[in-house]
Amino acid sequence: MADTNPSQTHASGPQTTGHVWDGDLQEYNNPLPAWWTWTFYATIVFALVYWVVYPSWPVGKGFLPGIGKISYVNAEGEVESWHWNTRAKLLNEMQAAADAQKPYFDRIADLSYDQIAHDPELNSFVVSAGKVLFADNCAACHQAGGQGKIGSYPNLADDDWLYGGTFEEINETLNKGRRGYMPGYAEALAANEIDALAHYVLSLSGDSVDAAKAAEGKALFHSHKAACYYCHGDDGKGRKDIGSANLTDQVWLWADVPGAADIGTRAARVRQVIAGGLSRGVMPAWEGRLSPEQIKVLTVYVHELGGGQ
Amino acid sequence: MFKNFKHEKIETNAGLLLVLTMLAVSVGGLVEIAPLFFIKDTMEKVDGVRPYTPLEQRGRDIYIREGCYTCHSQMIRPFRDEQLRYGHYSLAAESKYDHPFQWGSKRTGPDLARVGGKYSNEWHVQHMINPKSVVPESVMPNYPWLMETKLDISDVGDRMRALRRVGVPYSSNQEELDRNIERFGEDMARMLHIPDAQKNLVKQAQEGNYDGDRSSVSEMDALVAYLQMLGTLVDFSKIDPEELVKFR
Ligand code: HEC
Ligand code: HEC
Ligand code: HEC
Repeated sequence: MADTNPSQTHASGPQTTGHVWDGDLQEYNNPLPAWWTWTFYATIVFALVYWVVYPSWPVGKGFLPGIGKISYVNAEGEVESWHWNTRAKLLNEMQAAADAQKPYFDRIADLSYDQIAHDPELNSFVVSAGKVLFADNCAACHQAGGQGKIGSYPNLADDDWLYGGTFEEINETLNKGRRGYMPGYAEALAANEIDALAHYVLSLSGDSVDAAKAAEGKALFHSHKAACYYCHGDDGKGRKDIGSANLTDQVWLWADVPGAADIGTRAARVRQVIAGGLSRGVMPAWEGRLSPEQIKVLTVYVHELGGGQ
Repeated sequence: MFKNFKHEKIETNAGLLLVLTMLAVSVGGLVEIAPLFFIKDTMEKVDGVRPYTPLEQRGRDIYIREGCYTCHSQMIRPFRDEQLRYGHYSLAAESKYDHPFQWGSKRTGPDLARVGGKYSNEWHVQHMINPKSVVPESVMPNYPWLMETKLDISDVGDRMRALRRVGVPYSSNQEELDRNIERFGEDMARMLHIPDAQKNLVKQAQEGNYDGDRSSVSEMDALVAYLQMLGTLVDFSKIDPEELVKFR
């Protein structure tokens, strides 16, 4: 290379721009490769087709809508079409998907919960659709498997229900939301009274507690002063209409009794609930946010997660 | 005139190349942007959209300060999968009072355009302090200081005045207040009145009790108030989907 004469290359080889650097460095002036120029022309043709089919050039106060059309069903049930746009396309796709799922959703809307649960095909649809809906909307609180979190969110995978576990009750919970309320007793009752009540409440679920304290607590529980019985019932089993917890079972939502090793800690945790009261339990309402069919799917899904009633 | 024209002339003349390049680019820009100022409708006419209340606006400031937009978008695109997961696609009208808008494009976490009402205040507080405590697999950072930091409300009026300057209809005198009462209703209009900003902010925080602690107004109060109203202003059950299709 070193001994090549620049002018020789010029004569026989490709055309150069005529610039020379450092004595022998030259610049080729080749035409663009054919594939490149043809691709360039093709993009221009593509753009022209695009202008014709899709909304493109602005004209005055509007724009050229293009000849591409998307059809959808309007509110009167007639098929309409409109120039191509993403919103029309979405409406079209949503309607097509709804048509494909219509056999399922129609049956879900028509059939009773019991029939849905016993129809193997529908049931597997509910389980797969319910799983996705649950993950997107419910799992952040009730956790992925519906097991909940002591101290915040109820377990949906057990057969214990604050607001009732029939299909209708679960459906009501989902549509309207729930908000449990219990007043705090820190001011209304003395510390030893709250302690006595805690012992009584623990005795209801079979804990072995100081009998004297439990007896005092029992009297208070049914007295007008504390009036626990008014919300939790004479037997302490709770009322479904207000979601007052059943205090006689081993299931705890707010007081982390199962997580405490000794009776002292267990009593302290129950005392804390009684003294502070509860208003943290807020279950959002899903009516309006999810469609009635989606809520029905979730109702059956939740019913099957736990022991529905 | 073009007979003797050679492209080489442009290529070898830096000044000319620059001028012509700018010309070509501005034609593109003009054709894309200018019509937006003339096309009749770029903003859907829907009821319900209003400016942020002072508390929500401060929450929004914190959202921006903490860089939540680096992981969260606020723009549900008109695609089926997005609509199924997040709800109705976002409308231009819904962010007409946003300065700056938070549409975003990075989604490490979910879109938040319609997160309002999806969770309880209690959940948001718990989640902001420690996301893993409610979503074990979350990679969202903890923001515990929001709960501990008192909200600085001293300059909320100035912030609203600045927004008013760029077109947000906060009112600063009786005439503007009257106009807002017609537009947004009595209660909301009073909320948007700049002279009462601090009073209104504290009132909303007390009534909403967003962070579960009424004794003071924390940054958490403001952020949760903001999150809880996102995407809740327009009632889509009252809108015919065809109307939105034909709008485009
Ligand atoms: C913001 C957190 C949160 C979200 C999200 C949430 N829930 Fe709940 N849910 C709760 C709380 C808290 C309760 C208990 C309410 C109470 O204590 O009064 C509850 C109660 C329930 C109950 C009643 C349980 C019983 O024992 O009676 C059902 C059923 C339920 N939720 C299902 C769902 C479903 C299905 C979803 C998703 C669509 C969902 N929840 C989303 C927080 C939430
Ligand atoms: C106004 C009605 C009301 C009164 C009165 C009331 N409670 Fe409650 N209580 C509830 C409700 C509702 C819940 C469940 C709250 C929730 O889930 O959000 C509850 C929950 C509890 C719990 C927590 C159970 C758990 O799973 O962790 C305990 C303990 C309790 N109550 C004890 C008492 C005692 C003792 C009294 C009397 C001093 C009392 N309650 C008075 C309504 C009431
Ligand atoms: C590093 C990225 C990252 C940052 C920064 C971030 N987030 Fe998140 N966020 C996530 C991820 C991932 C999730 C999903 C898991 C979860 O719920 O924690 C999430 C979930 C959420 C959710 C629940 C959404 C839903 O529909 O379930 C809210 C609300 C939220 N973030 C608010 C915020 C706010 C407010 C900030 C700023 C203070 C913020 N995030 C900053 C990553 C982030």
